[in-house]
Amino acid sequence: MKPPPFEYYAPTTVEEAVAHLAEHGYDAKPLAGGQSLIPMMNFRLAQPAVLVDLNNIAELSFIRPGDEGGLSIGAMTRHQTVEKDALVAERAPLIDETMPQIATRQIRSRGTIGGSLAHADPSAELVSVSVVLDGKFRVVSQKGERWVPASEFFLGLFTSVLEPEELLAEISLPPLPDRSGWSLMEIARRPHDFCLIGVVALVTLDEEQNCKQARIAFLSAGDGPMQAQNAAKVLEGQPFTPEVIQEAAEVAVASDIDPSSDIHATADFRRHLANVLAQRALTQAFERAVGN
Amino acid sequence: MTKEFIGKRIKRNEDPRLLTGQALFVDDVDIPGMLHAAFVRSDYAHAKIVSIDTSTARQMPGVVAVYTAEDMGDEWQPGPPLVSPPPTVEDVVFHSRRQAPLVKDKVRHAGETVAVVVAESRYLAEDAAEEIWVEYDPLPAVVDIEKGLEPNSPLVHDDLESNLAAHLSQEKGDYEAAKAQADVVISKKIHIDRGAAAAMENRGIVAHWDEKGQLLTIWDTTQAPIPIRNGTAARLGLSENQVRVIAPFVGGGFGPKIMMFYPEEMLIPWISMKLCRPIKWIEDRRENFYATTQERGQVHEVEMALTKDGKILGLKDDFLHDTGAFDPYGLTIPLNTQSHVMGPYEIANFSSEFKVVFTNKTIVTPVRGAGRPQGVYIIERLMDAAARELDIDPIEIRKKNLIAPDAFPYSHSIIDQAFAELILDSGDYLPTFEKAIEMIGYRQFIEQEQPRLRAEGKYVGIGITPFIETTGVGPYEGARVQIEPSGKVNLATGIGTQGQGHFTSFAQIVAEQLGVDVTDVRIITGDTAEFHWGTGTFASRGAVVAGNAVYAAASGVRKKVLKMASKVLDAPEEELEIQDGMVRVADIPRMSISLGELAAQANPLRGAVEPGTEPGLEATDYFGPQYGATAFGTHAMIIEVDPETMLVEIKRYVTAEDCGRMLNPLIVEGQVHGGVSMGIGNAYYEQLHFDENGQLLNASLADYLIPSSMEMPPRIEVGHAETKSPLSELGTKGVGEAGTIPVPACFAQALENALQDFDLEIAETPLSPNRLYELLYKKEQ
Repeated sequence: MKPPPFEYYAPTTVEEAVAHLAEHGYDAKPLAGGQSLIPMMNFRLAQPAVLVDLNNIAELSFIRPGDEGGLSIGAMTRHQTVEKDALVAERAPLIDETMPQIATRQIRSRGTIGGSLAHADPSAELVSVSVVLDGKFRVVSQKGERWVPASEFFLGLFTSVLEPEELLAEISLPPLPDRSGWSLMEIARRPHDFCLIGVVALVTLDEEQNCKQARIAFLSAGDGPMQAQNAAKVLEGQPFTPEVIQEAAEVAVASDIDPSSDIHATADFRRHLANVLAQRALTQAFERAVGN
Repeated sequence: MTKEFIGKRIKRNEDPRLLTGQALFVDDVDIPGMLHAAFVRSDYAHAKIVSIDTSTARQMPGVVAVYTAEDMGDEWQPGPPLVSPPPTVEDVVFHSRRQAPLVKDKVRHAGETVAVVVAESRYLAEDAAEEIWVEYDPLPAVVDIEKGLEPNSPLVHDDLESNLAAHLSQEKGDYEAAKAQADVVISKKIHIDRGAAAAMENRGIVAHWDEKGQLLTIWDTTQAPIPIRNGTAARLGLSENQVRVIAPFVGGGFGPKIMMFYPEEMLIPWISMKLCRPIKWIEDRRENFYATTQERGQVHEVEMALTKDGKILGLKDDFLHDTGAFDPYGLTIPLNTQSHVMGPYEIANFSSEFKVVFTNKTIVTPVRGAGRPQGVYIIERLMDAAARELDIDPIEIRKKNLIAPDAFPYSHSIIDQAFAELILDSGDYLPTFEKAIEMIGYRQFIEQEQPRLRAEGKYVGIGITPFIETTGVGPYEGARVQIEPSGKVNLATGIGTQGQGHFTSFAQIVAEQLGVDVTDVRIITGDTAEFHWGTGTFASRGAVVAGNAVYAAASGVRKKVLKMASKVLDAPEEELEIQDGMVRVADIPRMSISLGELAAQANPLRGAVEPGTEPGLEATDYFGPQYGATAFGTHAMIIEVDPETMLVEIKRYVTAEDCGRMLNPLIVEGQVHGGVSMGIGNAYYEQLHFDENGQLLNASLADYLIPSSMEMPPRIEVGHAETKSPLSELGTKGVGEAGTIPVPACFAQALENALQDFDLEIAETPLSPNRLYELLYKKEQ
């Protein structure tokens, strides 16, 4: 479990970093917190010829207020920094609630928010949460920068729109709409494991306490964050009764997700859990929305 | 009066070193000029080797040597058998097939060693290993033990007629006659799957052949350094005195580190001699999953015959046992299963036949529990099924069948793992059973708490599981105790240490005999240069066999001290006492001499001594038990299960242990805590998943689930009782495996109790949320 040889660069600016990426293209891999990449290299599952270590780039680590009550987080901000940040707690309560659920404290002390998103693991909490929160990502390269909505960023299993010469630099989250409630629920064998299934829900109520909008995404339920658009349609305009919630969950399981089988859970069991969890999460999100 | 240390809750002497990173582990050994080895392991579970091309690897930078079986020439030989088949039972079939250092003809499990690269660093060695090209001709694999005995099955060993490795039957009384008289017969088919020991420290070996000194020093994560020394000397044509094996601190043994000889254990010293360089190999976690031995796979077909009031008339248990690709450990595990299936119960008629099956999977040797958890699981599943069938309280049916306290020593009238009659030396089972029941509040739970929580929509359940553990088996261990002129005491024993607290419990025995502080006893374990008689640390035998040897040696020194002090102080021995490092005449404190001064006088530098005088205050002694001592106890747990998500939480865990006389209750409790965590793994988390090609699908700690602190119950409450073993002076019994043994049985019982609305019947372990979902909602599957 030792990696094959690789070249190593440790730039201190984004400019330098993207220059290395431009030079080495597909041979290069940016190193963020290393919590997925380093084990994959030790297993020789990933064999990058060049590592561009981002850990010395101070300008990528920040948490600051965004426009109109939103929030902006630098890609190299460590999970534990986000977890303990007061501004995050105030402006992004769903992110605040998500952080302690990510892996273990040891991993959160090293792992970064940008590293987790760029890795595009469908079981990763932040992947689905960023989609539900309608976040957008600033992507930079030597040619300039572009903003990509989270809902368009993830292309599939461990695959995103990032080109080899591009770097994820910043995550921007809009403020939560009024009368919103949220929930993140996961089922894992052990709390820190990749979840068997997970669901993130954000619901916004209208003035009659009916569902104005619902944004739902499932973790570990397909090749990426699985947005439950059909289930959301079931909810829109409806009151939050157990019957409506049950119908939404059933629609989600039948038409929004595509889980697979592995040694920990069959697709059948995952669908069962998705149904159970969707009902619980929607109920919790609704109850919170009523209070907000 | 000498100060008492045995039985006291004394903090461990070794912990400051361990906790501050000052203890030596094999990977800490760093010798100038040392080379590093990496192995090429088979990608296939079963395949013929067509060719091996090492030409590229040999040319790579930093590569010093590459070896295949062919390169070993006449020096290639398989490992020795560890234990022989039982001589006392007739009609025994046993085909001994042992692992080789490097595979010659065909690979028999994924991860078997095919070639080894030696290079200037482990990185370079692994780079070169990747450039060794092995051409395989894949064969169908034997994975399932039931299919493995079918006539058309592929063969793991082509020279055998079938995959049957061993066959043994045992009878007691007349089961069929008992069955004919029974009011009810319960029958079940029960599956138990395989897990890993998953010690925190993987295996590792450093071998250093000193050409000028003609000495081979081996640091090895072994539980059995002395047999490794003797076997290595024999294999390499050296005198035993030329080989020194050191088992330093080892991060967990759990059985697989007894296995002699692993391929790596045969090769690394051999390579060191070939190259005249120190060689290091440290097993990585992936290798550990493929190459370190595993255990537990069995399929049982079992029947229990009872009267309608719940008295067991007879038990019949026929089972298959998975031994993996080889069977170097003989029949220890299935014999242990047979020895524990009657457990703490009086069963007059018993019939059991087992068949050991070769499969294309990693070799099976004992893992903490060593066949015992399977036996306990079988009998306890049957007890619960019988209680349900007869509508008897599960507590009452167990009480009705426990062996009575006046029946000891009690013979189960079958042979045990030592091929001797299985005799339970001593016991009193009801008190620990009732203690556990009381500690967990069984009646209150059943009558009040469970109905109240059920009304709130919660599914909670309780399990109460008595068990026995045969411990402290022979043949023998030894110890040498010596008082130095400084007044400090040295103790050397041959067994190795892997976290058991030997540096404290053995020190307590010595300190009590010699009137010194526990911290004044310096202990050396597992270094053959210091002590070279004995076997090793396994089968919960350290405190029993080595402990009593330590006691005997310390008593010997005490006798010498008293005899010599009697002369020096001119007082009769009966009037002397040893305390605080001094020997003194009782009630006359000024008539005294320190142990150090006495030790100095015992080693005169000039002058004459009396004929027959042995120098020093030193004694060496041995202990070999007549037969093993059997510990026992009861575990109880309360669980809550969410029948929608199938997640199970252990809310309370209670054990009542009786391991004879306790040397140190803190250490006993630590053993129980660790054991229970392993048992929880066996019950609900730890399962090795092999596909139909014999490929392990979860060879990493991301997918092989070891319970962490988060999965453990908030507390494990340990109650104690002490029924001393009559077989030794100390009266100790082992406790190393007790924590693990009954957990899966207790967990299954608690689950059935929690989900009684669902009429769930559990006949397998380990379980998982996915499997529970299938059992609850997919009954037809």
